[in-house]
Amino acid sequence: MPSKVEGWKDEVYGAEIREHLFEFAEQGWEAIPDDEHDAWFERFKWWGLYHQRSGQESYFMMRIGTPNGVLEPGQLQAVGEIADEYARGPADNPEFGGAYCDWTTRQSIQLHWIRIEDVPAIFEKLEANGLSTIQACGDSWRNIVGCPVAGKDKHEHIDAWPIAEELHEEFKGNDAYSNMPRKWKVSVTGCDQGCGQGDINDLAFEPARKEIDGEEITGFNVRIGGGLSRKEPRFARDIDVFCTPEEASDISAGMSALFRDHGDRDNRFNARIKFLVDEWGPEKIRDTLQDEYIDYELETAGEDLRENYTYNAGHDEVHGDHVGVHEQPDGNYYVGLNVLVGRMGAADTLELADLAEKYGSGETRLTQRQNVILTDIPEENLDDLLAEPLLEDYSPDPHPFMRGSIACTGTEFCSLSIVETKNRQVRYARWLKDNVELPADMMDFHVHLSGCTASCAQPQIADISLRGMKSRKDDDVVEAFDIGLGGGLGENPHFADWIEMRVPADEVPGYIGNLLDVFEAEREEEESFREFIAARDEEELGELADPEETDYEDPYMHNTKQTWYPYAEDDDMEGRPTPARADGTPISADD
Amino acid sequence: MTIEVHTLDDGAWISVNNERRISVSQLWRLATHDFCPCDEADVLVEAFREVGVSYPSIEARIVGECIKCGTDGVTDWVSVGRAIDGDFYPVVPESVHFPG
Repeated sequence: MPSKVEGWKDEVYGAEIREHLFEFAEQGWEAIPDDEHDAWFERFKWWGLYHQRSGQESYFMMRIGTPNGVLEPGQLQAVGEIADEYARGPADNPEFGGAYCDWTTRQSIQLHWIRIEDVPAIFEKLEANGLSTIQACGDSWRNIVGCPVAGKDKHEHIDAWPIAEELHEEFKGNDAYSNMPRKWKVSVTGCDQGCGQGDINDLAFEPARKEIDGEEITGFNVRIGGGLSRKEPRFARDIDVFCTPEEASDISAGMSALFRDHGDRDNRFNARIKFLVDEWGPEKIRDTLQDEYIDYELETAGEDLRENYTYNAGHDEVHGDHVGVHEQPDGNYYVGLNVLVGRMGAADTLELADLAEKYGSGETRLTQRQNVILTDIPEENLDDLLAEPLLEDYSPDPHPFMRGSIACTGTEFCSLSIVETKNRQVRYARWLKDNVELPADMMDFHVHLSGCTASCAQPQIADISLRGMKSRKDDDVVEAFDIGLGGGLGENPHFADWIEMRVPADEVPGYIGNLLDVFEAEREEEESFREFIAARDEEELGELADPEETDYEDPYMHNTKQTWYPYAEDDDMEGRPTPARADGTPISADD
Repeated sequence: MTIEVHTLDDGAWISVNNERRISVSQLWRLATHDFCPCDEADVLVEAFREVGVSYPSIEARIVGECIKCGTDGVTDWVSVGRAIDGDFYPVVPESVHFPG
């Protein structure tokens, strides 16, 4: 039997949601019938609006999809202005203030505390600047990801940006693919280092080479069914198909139609295509694609070009995480800036937009490590850009603990999260920087903190994986983490091994410090952390280090999910100022 | 009186009459269960897999992990509250529950 969500989607879904959304916006929050809340909030996701968690009723997260993370000149300015004007709630965040933008691990943008009454004005401004929230959430084609410097990279087989752009144009707002059984995540990688992270996407185009009719063609091998969610991580599987750049759209249409028609609409827990690949196997996926969805003979896979995949691979990387100053093929430079946990205040965002215009082409790009890149900087402008005060906070040469830290949204806003994330990761990174020595040759050390098993911070592919948990400590329930070690991508990707379980959050920094002491003392010469972990079995890894309380202080040990907002002076759910009208005045139950 | 129950946001909530009433992230103690070897399991709720009505009880199957022994999986049906005259009265998660 189709799930409840499928029933709601049968009634209204896709582009038509917009007119209803605008009607509610005009009439105000209270116009949404109480008994239709759940159905409408599920539908609004298709237009990038996600109702915030319990305690924050009437406020929404808004996601803006920026394909391949590319923000054309003027777009960052528009996003900053929207955040400044509309993304303000009833309480400030103690680390980030009252209005901020989140750069996500899928090269998108998230704003919080958005009111439905403001949506038409926000959409008007976004669309006037070539931006949109369309299909940013919901059961549809999500934001297409790839190497964030595609077309401006000295290390690529093929410029994948035009392909990502073509797929974005073709499949966003396309009625034939607007109602999928579940989300559909696509990656297009053209560089030789694997920055598109195709292995963890539903549909991955990976660089490959094949001789066809005597001509050697650089294109893509196709992999299907990667993803990290729940405790069911999968790497995308090779279905033995090569496609030329010109065929990427046909293959995408075929694969997403296959998922549309054969994905599980009865059980949302089983709906992602990774489970269909488990059930059918790659061969049946290929055969069905050929027989039912593609009207020409599919080529078998070409030669994989993954041998130089170094991105997030735990060892020497040529352009690494794109942070720093890097020369483009045209002689200009791109400058990657570290944004700790991917969150940037609205004022800083606007200043960054100014710097992009002043020193470069005005274009900025977002990475899957939650950072930003300014592109097209002439060499003569580099020194002045690097001397800008903003770069003291968003450094092109950050400490490894600052550059390696990724965190998801967490209980601040998210319904699924078990624990507080971003502010805690900021505190972890600062404490580690001040108290823990890394070996001098380690420039990159990845700590990914995810609030739950949805894995939005991609914890399974980090040196240190943190996944939200609970524990009991001194008879109190406290926020905690499962800790995994040694995950990463590269030519031969590997998910982290979960080694220390249910560690109270205030003992995690001590554990990482103890672990790195052992690593420094016992590693072979130039052995990477990932290699060090891979060389040991589970029992040995369990004995490497112990969690420990230190002088690190964690203000979020209590059950932050039971507050209306974890950082409010009075955080009690009973006293929440929500739901609220457009002007922010709370609506009481008696109204 | 009818009562409307379903899970929301990938099982993050149980919604009763279009109001988010039961959330993930809490610990539920389970007795006389077959979820794990512990006499009394202490299960962190990571998602609600299914929800149903066995009037007047509202029941759910919980995706979670026992924080005592580390076993993870899906529980048998656990009562999460009662519907009386169309109103919902949730159980207290910290109390002891008997799946079945």
